Amino acid sequence: MKKTVIFGALTAAGMAAGAAAAGTLDDVKARGTLNCGVTTGLVGFAAPDANGEWKGFDVGVCRAVAAAVLGDPAAVEFVPTTGKTRFTALASGEIDMLARNTTWTFSRDVDLKFTFVGVNYYDGQGFMVPKDLGVSSAKDLDGATVCIQTGTTTELNLADFFRSNNINYEPVPIETNAEAQQQYLAGACDVYTTDASGLAATRATFEAPGDHVLLPEIISKEPLGPLVRHGDNEWGDVVRWTLNALISAEELGITSANITEMGAGTNNPEINRILGTEGTLGEMLGLDADWAMKAISAEGNYGEIFEKNIGESTPIGLARGLNAQWTDGGLLYSPPFR
Amino acid sequence: MSDTHAHSVAFVRTEQLPQLAPPSTAAGPVSWMRKNLFSNIPYSILTLVALYCIYLMLSGFVPWALNGVWNTSNIRECREVLNGVSGGCFSVLTERWNQLIFGTGYDREEYWRPTLTFILLFVAAAPILFMNLPRKMLIFTGLYPFLAFWLIWGGTILNPLLALVGIVVGYLVYSRLVNQSFAMGFFGGVAAAVVTWWIGGYIVGAIAPEETLLQAVPSRDMGGFMLNMILGTICVSLSLPIGIALALGRQSDMPIIKWICVVFIEFIRGVPLITLLFVANVILAFFFPPGSNLDLILRVIIMITMFSAAYIAEVIRGGLAALPRGQYEAADSLGLDYAQSMRLIILPQALKISIPGIVNVAVGLFKDTTLVSVISMFDLVGMIRGPILASTDWNGVYWELWAFAITLFFVVCYGISQYSQWLERQLATDHR
Repeated sequence: MKKTVIFGALTAAGMAAGAAAAGTLDDVKARGTLNCGVTTGLVGFAAPDANGEWKGFDVGVCRAVAAAVLGDPAAVEFVPTTGKTRFTALASGEIDMLARNTTWTFSRDVDLKFTFVGVNYYDGQGFMVPKDLGVSSAKDLDGATVCIQTGTTTELNLADFFRSNNINYEPVPIETNAEAQQQYLAGACDVYTTDASGLAATRATFEAPGDHVLLPEIISKEPLGPLVRHGDNEWGDVVRWTLNALISAEELGITSANITEMGAGTNNPEINRILGTEGTLGEMLGLDADWAMKAISAEGNYGEIFEKNIGESTPIGLARGLNAQWTDGGLLYSPPFR
Repeated sequence: MSDTHAHSVAFVRTEQLPQLAPPSTAAGPVSWMRKNLFSNIPYSILTLVALYCIYLMLSGFVPWALNGVWNTSNIRECREVLNGVSGGCFSVLTERWNQLIFGTGYDREEYWRPTLTFILLFVAAAPILFMNLPRKMLIFTGLYPFLAFWLIWGGTILNPLLALVGIVVGYLVYSRLVNQSFAMGFFGGVAAAVVTWWIGGYIVGAIAPEETLLQAVPSRDMGGFMLNMILGTICVSLSLPIGIALALGRQSDMPIIKWICVVFIEFIRGVPLITLLFVANVILAFFFPPGSNLDLILRVIIMITMFSAAYIAEVIRGGLAALPRGQYEAADSLGLDYAQSMRLIILPQALKISIPGIVNVAVGLFKDTTLVSVISMFDLVGMIRGPILASTDWNGVYWELWAFAITLFFVVCYGISQYSQWLERQLATDHR
C-alpha cells in the first residue's frame, strides 16, 4: 500500500497544482463541491447520522450555500474541524467557509483576518437549575453553588453577573461538560452554567429533562455565525446573502412547501426579487437568477432549519428567543433585497 | 504374645489398603483457600474485603450488562424500555455498528470491501508471522498491499497496477545493476521506478474509465476501527524497515549518513506525536497551493511512520549493541561484505533480541493511532466523541461506547503481545 498511496497523492498534488488561484466562487464552481468546515459533532448543530449523512443547524447553512452556488444541496464536502484546527483550516484554504458555531469577536474578525458574514444563532450564557429549587430568575440565586468550567469566559461572565447584582455564589470548578453533567445530576451544585444551547442539549440527555429548567437570564453575548477569509468579498457576499435569503424567506413567508408556487411570481416585489422572477440580483452575485430559490428549497427557510434541528419539536427543544424575527421581538433582521 | 493377638483380633487384613485421597483439609480447594486466602486473621480480613469489593463491582456490572437493551433507535426509547431498571443501552452499538467499524465512506452493500481486506490481511501476514507455512504464500503477501489499496480506496484498478509495475521495473533494474555495486543498483532501481510511475501516471490519467468496478471512497470518509487498523498496519510495517535502516545508519562509519540518521532520530524523539499530527493536519496545508492537498490520511501515515521508525531504530540499536564484537569479526573473517554480514549474521540475532522492544513500540503505536481524533479524523475514538455522542439520539451514552472501544483495542493489543511471546519461545536458543 505504501508506494501506491504516495504515488497517487503525488499525481493528485501535481494535477491540482495546475489550478489557478482564482476567486473562491470560481474555485467552488470549478471543483463542483463546496468545502464547508463544521464541528466534529455538536448536538443539534452538526453531526453525521447513522447513515453518515450530515445533519444539523450549521449544516443547513452549508447546504443552502452549496445549493445557491452549485444548484445541489448535496454537493458539499463536510470537513470536520475541532476548536483548535478550525481557523487554520479556513486560513489555509482547506475549506471555503466555516459554519461551526463560532462566536463573532473583535479579535477573530480583525486579528485573525476573517469575515463574519452574519449571525445564524444568537447564543449566550445561561443557567440551568432543578425544578425543585423553586427558582424562577437568576437573581434569586443568592448563596447558590454553581458548576462552572474553569478557564473559560463563562467563568468571568459569571463573576461579573453576580457582582453587578450584588449577590453571592460558590463556584464548583469542573473540567468538561460530561463531568459537569455528572456533578450537577449528583447534586454537587445547585446550578449549572454554560451557553444556553449547550444547556438545552445537556438537559435533553437527562433521564428526566422535565425536572430541570433553564432560567430566562442570558448573561453574555455569543453571536455565532458563518465566516470566510478576509480579502475575497465576492465570496463573502455570496455566503452573506444566502444566509440573509434564508432569514428573509422566513420573514416573507417563503417556505419549502410553497416556494414552487411563489417562484411562479407573486404580488410582493421583494419576494419576486429574491426568487429571481424580477430584477437581476443573482447576476450581481455571479449566480443563477434562481439562486435563492435553490438555497431555500435545500433545507427550508431559517425557521424551518431551526425547527427541524434544534427547535421545540426536537429533544433539544430550544425556544426561538433572541433568534426570532425582528417582527416577533427577536434579533433576526436581514437587510432588504433590492 | 502372638497368641494373645490371634485371639483378640477377629480379622487380619492380608492386602494393602488402596490409597485414599488426602483429607480435604490438606489438599483440594479447601486447603488451597486455607493456605492462600485465610492463612491468618489479617489475610482473612483482606480476603473478605476483596471479595466484597468484587461483589460490589459485579453486582453493578452484571445486571447492567445482562439487562442491556439491544434494539432501540435512540436513548429516550432505550430509557423507556429500561423503565428505571439498571441496564446498558447497547442499542447504540447495533445502530451505529457500521460507523464504529467502517466510518461513513461506504454504502451499505459495500462493507464487504473492508471486511474482505481485513480477512486477507491475516492470509497475507501469516507467512511472515509463522515460519513453517509454505513460502509460496509470500507471493500473495507481496501483492496484498496493492489489492488492499484497491479494495479500500476503490477507483480504477490501474493505479495500484501501475504502482506494482513500477516496483517490478525498479526491482529488475536493481537486480541487473546490483552486481556492479549496491548503491548503483539501489539508486538505479529507485530512479527506474519513479520514471515508470511518472510516465504511467499520464497514461493512466488518459485511459482511466469514468465508471470503475469499485466505487472510489475519499480518504476523509474513512473512519471507525478500520482507520485505526489501516494506520496501525501500514505504519508498523513501514516503520520496521525504516527503523532498521536508521539503526544501521546511525552505526555507519560514513559521517553524512550517520549524522542524518542521528539528527532525524533525536529530532523525532524529542517531539510529541501530537505536534507532528498537528503539523500534518494544519501547517502542511499552508505549503500547498490552494485547492491541492496531499491526502490527509497519507500525511498522517507519514508522520506516524516517522515517529515510530525513530523509536524502532533505537530499539534495534539496543539489539545491535548487545551483540558481542566477535560476531562482527566472525562475519568479516568469513569474507562477507557489509550487506551479507548484516543480512546473514548480525540482524537475525539483533532483531531476535529486540523483539520485546519492537512489540512494545508496535502496541504503543497502535494505541497512539487514536490521537488522530484530535485532528478531527473520525477513528474509533473520534467517531465516539464526535458524531455519535453529538447526535441527539445518543448524547449521554458513555459507558457502552467506551467499553466497546476498550474491548476492541484490548483484543488486538493482547493478541500482538501473545504472538510476540510465542515468537520469542520459538526463537529461543538459550544464549541468554
